[in-house]
Amino acid sequence: MNPILILIAKRLGLGLLTLWFVSFGVFFAIEALPGDTAEAILGQSATPETVAALRKELHLNQPALLRYWNWQIAVLTGDFGTSLSNGRPVSELIGTRLGNTMFLAGMAALISVPLALCLGLLAALWRNSLFDRLINAVTLTSISMPEFFIGYVLIFAFAIRAGILPPMSAISPTMGLPDRIVFTILPALTLTLVVVAHMMRMTRASLVNLLSLPYVEMARLKGAREMRVILFHVLPNALGPIVTVIALNLAYLITGVVVVEVVFVYPGLGQLLVDSVSSRDLPVVQVSCMIFASAYILLNLTADVIAIVSDPRQLHRT
Amino acid sequence: MKTRLANLRQVPPTALFGIVIVILYIVLAILTPALTPYSQREIVGGAFLPWTSAHPLGTDSLGRDMLTRLLYGGRNTLGIAFVTTILAFAIGMAAGLVAVTVGGWLEPILSRIVDMLMSIPQLIFKLFLLSIFGTSIPTLILVIAVLDSTRVFRLTRAAASSIAVMDYVEAARLRGEGPWWLMTREILPNITAPLIAEFGLRFCFVFLAIAALSFLGLGIQPPLADWGSMVRENATLITFGDITPLIPAAAIAVLTISVNFIVDWMLHKSTGLKE
Amino acid sequence: MSDPTALLKLRDLRLDGQGASGTTHILRGIDLDLAKGEVLGVIGESGAGKSSLGLAAMGFCRNGCRFAGGSANFDGNELIGARPAVLSGLRSTRIAYVAQSAAASFNPAWRLIDQYCEFPVLRGLMDRKAAEKDAIEIYEQLRLPNPKEIGFRYPHQVSGGQLQRAMTAMAMSCRPDLIIFDEPTTALDVTTQIEVLSAIRSAVNELGTAALYITHDLAVVAQMADRIMVMRHGEVVEEAATRTMLDAPREAYTKSLWAVRNIRPPAKPLPPTDTAPLMQISNVTAGYGSNDTALQDIGFDVHAGRTRAVVGESGSGKSTAARVIAGLLPPRSGEVRLDGQLLPPDYRKRSRDQLRKVQLIYQMADTALNPRQRIGDIIARPVSFYAGLRGRALRERVREILSDIELDPDTYMDRSPAELSGGQKQRVGIGRALAAEPQFIICDEVTSALDQIVAENILTLLQRVQRDYGLSYMFITHDLSTVRAIADDVTVMQRGKIVEQGTATHILECPQHEYTRKLLASVPEMDPDWLSKQVSGVDSIV
Repeated sequence: MNPILILIAKRLGLGLLTLWFVSFGVFFAIEALPGDTAEAILGQSATPETVAALRKELHLNQPALLRYWNWQIAVLTGDFGTSLSNGRPVSELIGTRLGNTMFLAGMAALISVPLALCLGLLAALWRNSLFDRLINAVTLTSISMPEFFIGYVLIFAFAIRAGILPPMSAISPTMGLPDRIVFTILPALTLTLVVVAHMMRMTRASLVNLLSLPYVEMARLKGAREMRVILFHVLPNALGPIVTVIALNLAYLITGVVVVEVVFVYPGLGQLLVDSVSSRDLPVVQVSCMIFASAYILLNLTADVIAIVSDPRQLHRT
Repeated sequence: MKTRLANLRQVPPTALFGIVIVILYIVLAILTPALTPYSQREIVGGAFLPWTSAHPLGTDSLGRDMLTRLLYGGRNTLGIAFVTTILAFAIGMAAGLVAVTVGGWLEPILSRIVDMLMSIPQLIFKLFLLSIFGTSIPTLILVIAVLDSTRVFRLTRAAASSIAVMDYVEAARLRGEGPWWLMTREILPNITAPLIAEFGLRFCFVFLAIAALSFLGLGIQPPLADWGSMVRENATLITFGDITPLIPAAAIAVLTISVNFIVDWMLHKSTGLKE
Repeated sequence: MSDPTALLKLRDLRLDGQGASGTTHILRGIDLDLAKGEVLGVIGESGAGKSSLGLAAMGFCRNGCRFAGGSANFDGNELIGARPAVLSGLRSTRIAYVAQSAAASFNPAWRLIDQYCEFPVLRGLMDRKAAEKDAIEIYEQLRLPNPKEIGFRYPHQVSGGQLQRAMTAMAMSCRPDLIIFDEPTTALDVTTQIEVLSAIRSAVNELGTAALYITHDLAVVAQMADRIMVMRHGEVVEEAATRTMLDAPREAYTKSLWAVRNIRPPAKPLPPTDTAPLMQISNVTAGYGSNDTALQDIGFDVHAGRTRAVVGESGSGKSTAARVIAGLLPPRSGEVRLDGQLLPPDYRKRSRDQLRKVQLIYQMADTALNPRQRIGDIIARPVSFYAGLRGRALRERVREILSDIELDPDTYMDRSPAELSGGQKQRVGIGRALAAEPQFIICDEVTSALDQIVAENILTLLQRVQRDYGLSYMFITHDLSTVRAIADDVTVMQRGKIVEQGTATHILECPQHEYTRKLLASVPEMDPDWLSKQVSGVDSIV
């Protein structure tokens, strides 16, 4: 078999294994909790009889491994269980919120990826220039700031002082696309500021790393001008590293979305996760953690696979 | 000594700024109890009082003195972040060095565990663990330290394995030196530069993680003051055009920026002129 | 000397480098004239500035360097301070470059022929089709195997010697007036080197290209150059036509370089071989994976007080043999005996005394010494570790060893390795081995990273301590002149097997095996006609 396929298969296997490990951890960590889910649901009205009845109804009297198996199957078929706090199906709670989060993350990615790649390319091209040093200081600063600081500063500046954008992202499912965008601009901008800094620095670093290689010097000695060196000699080799950078930062975006959603009271999955962690609504915590982790693992997986495929040494084996 | 002084003059302004700020924060954190007339739990007046001479930054949502809580917040968050970082380094460095020097079956096992832990989004993982184990300060420290030690492990292992293949380490092995000598005399002294830089970076990440968790209500719990939850508790003031809640957030930003400036300079210096 | 028809004219060319420790002068005023079609050999030891000179002749300086004065005129064009457009217009079409490491200098993402065709097509000299046809012709001329197909491979799919020829071909793609060769054969094995040298020489002659041939190897430059220029510390020491330079060098420095080539070992009474051998390696087979066999059934003895050189090219298994003896690579079968006593295959199973008796000296003195330990500590550790000396006695012993390796104890005791030159570091490496008071020392290419004069001093030192302490050496090397200088017995290896072994005189004077003969014949000699003779000899065999 093609060695490159073996490599990819290995990596896919590892990704699936991690996912399974996460689901196992998520399920059994909650199992190990002191207290009983049935008691938690019934709260004040718990009597030994009602608890026993509910335990039976929830299949809590079955062995844990069997329940894990059933849970796994249920999650895979889209049945996420019932929320403890309001008794509604978790899938219903998550549905629109997942869409909202994807919309926010997508918008942030749409702005930040091209911007970061261009800035990174320019900084590598003009390395050690004033532009490079300036952008280094600026991005370092924006990496160092907590997301909520950037978020509130943007609210203060654009919503309170200038009054041109809404301070809270009160979006609703019936809203049209233009309104949605207006309400999503500030959170998307916050995420963009953080992610662009990371992505731009990583892009610059991987390009500069390549620029110091002997074959780049050779290209210059063959008479290639700076533009040609970057576009034809460096970029074909930089594809793998750059895609890795993008995927890593999109994965980072997924984590960053949690805090930003709370700042802007954005009705997304992150907000839901934080709320259900505070109210210890464990079925919701389980599912939202699984969704975030899957997206993260998937993106990292994509990055690794593309890095494998784009390496000419791997691609053209003798 | 003369060369040391000459080197100090070559420190770029950003790094110099960083050093001054970090020293200032440390001094303030140590002196906090002596500087503040109130306690961090004490209710001194009405909620959201404006800035006055008695309460230079006003009061918070429960009527506690803002400036007092700002100083205590710094003290609490800094202290917890520092302890957490030390713990993360102790775990990560020890595991990394042992994996490289002793090797054998231990190395792949440790590496696979770390790979697994790192392929889960960190903030989500921390939120999940805190929702399981509850939000006390020891749990907070332990959860963050264990999860962040994975990065320290990776760095230590990478740096140490590039040193472990050096001929002088082989020479020491062939002499019959034990693992303790190899780790402390041959390897560790040669990887201090990246480790110190990583300590600064790791401290920043730990600090930001604690602040973010506290902001989300899952980190340092009231009535203890901390910068993350202070922002959340008083966020409504922003809608009235009051910047007070931004001050603790800015305090976090200034500290992490300063540390990053120092680290950036150190990394630049240790990599020399290789760009 | 000034020639109005000169193609390349350097006048008082100066180049400065900005380092952490301030400005260094890399080139200190170089004058040079090169006529059309002429080949000038530039020779010097490491740090002489010869590579920087090669790049400067293309108007190029590396990051952290700058031209500090003087001029470099190429066929009427001033290169120093020229606009990038002027420089890039001249490169490839009129001046081309061949780098030392072809493997690193080819772009891994492009096929060889794409890199060949890039500039002929870009500069409008020919279309892609014609360029490909031309590439195949030049590949053929440089005697690349499968010239029709080899270009369509990626660099990592082609061997080192072939890549070096492909790079020379690429330099010729636009038929430039001048090619700069920067140590093009240094990284190659001798038997490959001779093929590449003759290919380059005939191609350069046929195209009538002028060349600047940079190397540290006198014998190589003697084959390639019409004229030789000797450089040292960024300055020209002397310059003359090749024969004149070889027969009658004027300057003392040049003479000392020449003298090193002719060293012969001092006559010494050879220790007898009729006693039981000190080190016995028998039937050893070893490899790094389950499928890999780096060593196949090898065996040899080393007698007390004698030196056995193990000679071979890269991949011959000579270093693997050293690792097996040291216990770093337990063999799959076979045994290693010291003084008749079986050594455990894994060093971790060996006793402290067994470890003490076998010591290793490394090739790269830079990585052999811990940069965080002072010289005194590096040498003291084996003494306290094995002999248990402490305090004053330890200090006295370290001073003794430092004097033994001809480093002044007062000066060097407290220095760190970074403050030492390459040769001094290698001495400390020897000192550390001596400090263990061993019987058997493995010397792994200990002189190949050093300049010739320094290497010669290290060999002399090794011979002296051998006599003083009755040591046995296993001397791993690819360099036959080192073998001539130091070996009593020789083992020749190829692809993990021993092809021939015997006493040094026997192997060097009347080699029996075909490979040994080829190896000996491939070592360049100072005679400028050597390459022609060898090549015609090879041709007549074929």
